[in-house]
Amino acid sequence: MIQHIKKNRAQYFLFLFLIILIAVMSALAPGKFLTVRNFKNMGFQMAEFGILAIGMSVVIMTGGINLSLVNSAMLAAIVGSFVMRALYNGGEGMADIPVIIIGIVVVMAVSVVCGLINGYFVAAVGVVPLLVTLGTQTMFNGASLNITKGSAISGLPKLFTRIGAGSLGDIPYTMLIYVAVILVAYFLIERTPWGVSVYMVGGNEKATRFSGINTKATLMKVYIFSAVMAGIAGILMTSRYNSARADYGSSYTMQAVAATVLGGTSINGGSGHVLGTVVAVAILQVISSGFNIIGINRNITDIVTGLILVGVLSINYFTSRDRVKKAAKA
Amino acid sequence: MPQDKQQAPFLRLQHVSKTFPGVNALQDISFDVCAGEVHALIGENGAGKSTLIKVLSGVYQPDPGAVIEIEGERVSSLTPIEAMRKGIIVIFQDFSLFPTLTVKENIAFSEQVDKGNKLVDWKGVEKTARKAIEELGVNIDLNARINTLSTAKQQLVAIARALVYDAKLLVMDEPTSALSSGEVDALFRIVDRLRSRGMAIIFISHKLDELFRIADRMTVLRDGTLVGSAPTQEMDRKKLISMMVGREISEEHMAGSHIGDPILEVKNISKQGNFQNISFTLKRGEVLGITGLVGAGRTEMVRALFGLNHPDSGEIYMEGKPIAPKSPAEAQQLGIAFVPESRQTEGLILQQNAENNITLSILRTLTGAGGLIRFPLRRTRAQELIKDLNVKPPYPDMDAAKFSGGNQQKIVVAKWLATNPKVLIVDEPTNGIDVGSKSEIHRLLRDLADQGMAVIMVSSELPEIFSISDRILVMRRGRITGEFDGATATQEMLMEKAVLSSPAS
Repeated sequence: MIQHIKKNRAQYFLFLFLIILIAVMSALAPGKFLTVRNFKNMGFQMAEFGILAIGMSVVIMTGGINLSLVNSAMLAAIVGSFVMRALYNGGEGMADIPVIIIGIVVVMAVSVVCGLINGYFVAAVGVVPLLVTLGTQTMFNGASLNITKGSAISGLPKLFTRIGAGSLGDIPYTMLIYVAVILVAYFLIERTPWGVSVYMVGGNEKATRFSGINTKATLMKVYIFSAVMAGIAGILMTSRYNSARADYGSSYTMQAVAATVLGGTSINGGSGHVLGTVVAVAILQVISSGFNIIGINRNITDIVTGLILVGVLSINYFTSRDRVKKAAKA
Repeated sequence: MPQDKQQAPFLRLQHVSKTFPGVNALQDISFDVCAGEVHALIGENGAGKSTLIKVLSGVYQPDPGAVIEIEGERVSSLTPIEAMRKGIIVIFQDFSLFPTLTVKENIAFSEQVDKGNKLVDWKGVEKTARKAIEELGVNIDLNARINTLSTAKQQLVAIARALVYDAKLLVMDEPTSALSSGEVDALFRIVDRLRSRGMAIIFISHKLDELFRIADRMTVLRDGTLVGSAPTQEMDRKKLISMMVGREISEEHMAGSHIGDPILEVKNISKQGNFQNISFTLKRGEVLGITGLVGAGRTEMVRALFGLNHPDSGEIYMEGKPIAPKSPAEAQQLGIAFVPESRQTEGLILQQNAENNITLSILRTLTGAGGLIRFPLRRTRAQELIKDLNVKPPYPDMDAAKFSGGNQQKIVVAKWLATNPKVLIVDEPTNGIDVGSKSEIHRLLRDLADQGMAVIMVSSELPEIFSISDRILVMRRGRITGEFDGATATQEMLMEKAVLSSPAS
């Protein structure tokens, strides 16, 4: 147990930081922060970002990056919405539930195609992930704009908006979906042979391939997984806004990278934990909501978030460097 | 090559100890190096060679009580910069060059920085670099980028850079480990040249034959203590090895006992520019040694068997059935295992622990309900293999990077034994590994063969080839030029086939 805490101390440190942050916010905004209403609000907002961050994390664990994440989410959501609007036809077409099911299937199919495109160029052709996804980012965004002509697609089934706005008692549906996604992602990434080979590919692709692992297939699945995460987030966003537009969520891409590294995943790949990313997402959410409640200017929030990111990463860096030093002496 | 004993030492260390919490890395070492002397520093991994080098180059401060004298002058505390100013230059195994800069920039960069000019004096750079290269008596394009050069040439650039620093003591850490024998000869000519100019040289190597060729004096470290120091002519191989390990190590031939049916048959495989018309048969229980010079096509050929280098023509049969592995994954399915030449870049994931490395090849067999890995089972498998192979320390949680070279190699072998292969191919299995682990690995390969595995061992080191091979193939320029019985072959017979063109071909 002690061994376990020592090995994962960055994770525990982060979790402790989250608790302290919640305590501080509760003290600064008595009766406002630590309320069911606020936590419910945070739950609504956190899910889509958290799911995107998980989709980013798995790619970063392989030493890559997925800059097209949010754009593939929106492209899939736009195509899905387009289909749903046509089928629903302002209430005169098909019933809500079949439309929604078809819509979700379309979103997922488009996502898988986006993932295959990224995966093909990264795994089979061997282009650097940064360049591939920089290209597909523009490509997916261009496709979205072509379909929407720059405006939003609305006129979606009424029931569809319940996904993003409804709740079971005080627990938002989005939060339930988020928890389910976390569990699935955790087991896939940390408990299956594919997940373990994700870390190994991130550490040394060649040595992994030389160990009889089909690393191309591993990478291909990573990009598909990432795009599927994006697709789920796309559904949540579309439902919450009751429409789909090419530029929704555009600030999430870099924030997802930030949450990933804050959560302890090395930007060089080979390490990291799903739960680390989840805690980091919660930290960013608490800061944003807390400051909002206290009444601090939105721009100040960004400055503080940035400072915390730099601070935590520096602490991680120095503690891991100490560990290396000790090891070198032994 | 005895040197004048009257010379004052350039560097003298007395009573140098270095303790880290819980470890005595060096204990009361007294050691000196004279100008114009090649001084070999020998010891198993972990004997304290690196620590000693770090003390004399100012990276580590020794414990109080140590005396360091440079050119007869006592130095109270040495910093890395001071050590360099006094002419102590270390060339590490990675050479510490800037890979994307040119030869001349690498050689003359420090001088430019020292001058403190705001602008780079390119004519000066060119002049300095040319002078240094000419002093070595070699020919290198000054405008070539480092990452386009061979290892041997990069090393020359590192040496030339040391000359610009006005090196009086040059420390070379494993300088020949990545060189072919021709390149080693060229390096030794340069070392000779530097020695005759009065430079002191500390030469660290595991290749004892080379040390006997180049060194004037030999100093052996073991477990942080100095075991002995003597002029080369007073040393012999056996004595040296026993000093290193503290016990006698036999380099005798270990012959196979139960050689069985053919398992792998290679018929006439060729690949343009790599290897030509290779045919041989491998039997169960046999160790087949493949030797030759670096660049003879040995590695390329065995990689073809592992699905990494597809032959243009020819056939491979495994247990009578034709096979054509297209990837390591396919080769693994067929029961072929491969321990690559470079364990650091191809064999291991250095920042992952031993357990992750060892079980990587068998992850799919460790799953239980829902396709999830059974971690306790995985731990047990890793521990079994660690025990079987005597990996030290036996910690599955320790990062692969922190094990010594010999134990890293055992981890790579363990990864493959986990798959229960029928054919095990090892490429330079003991490169850069200390003598003790080396004989352990030889013993292991021999045992595996005796248990029925078929082993192919590619090696440039003839003693290694002799020690366990039942049969030996010699390759030269992509072709097999000789086949010998392991028990009766001699060094001369193999060298002749490796170096000379046979009248038949």
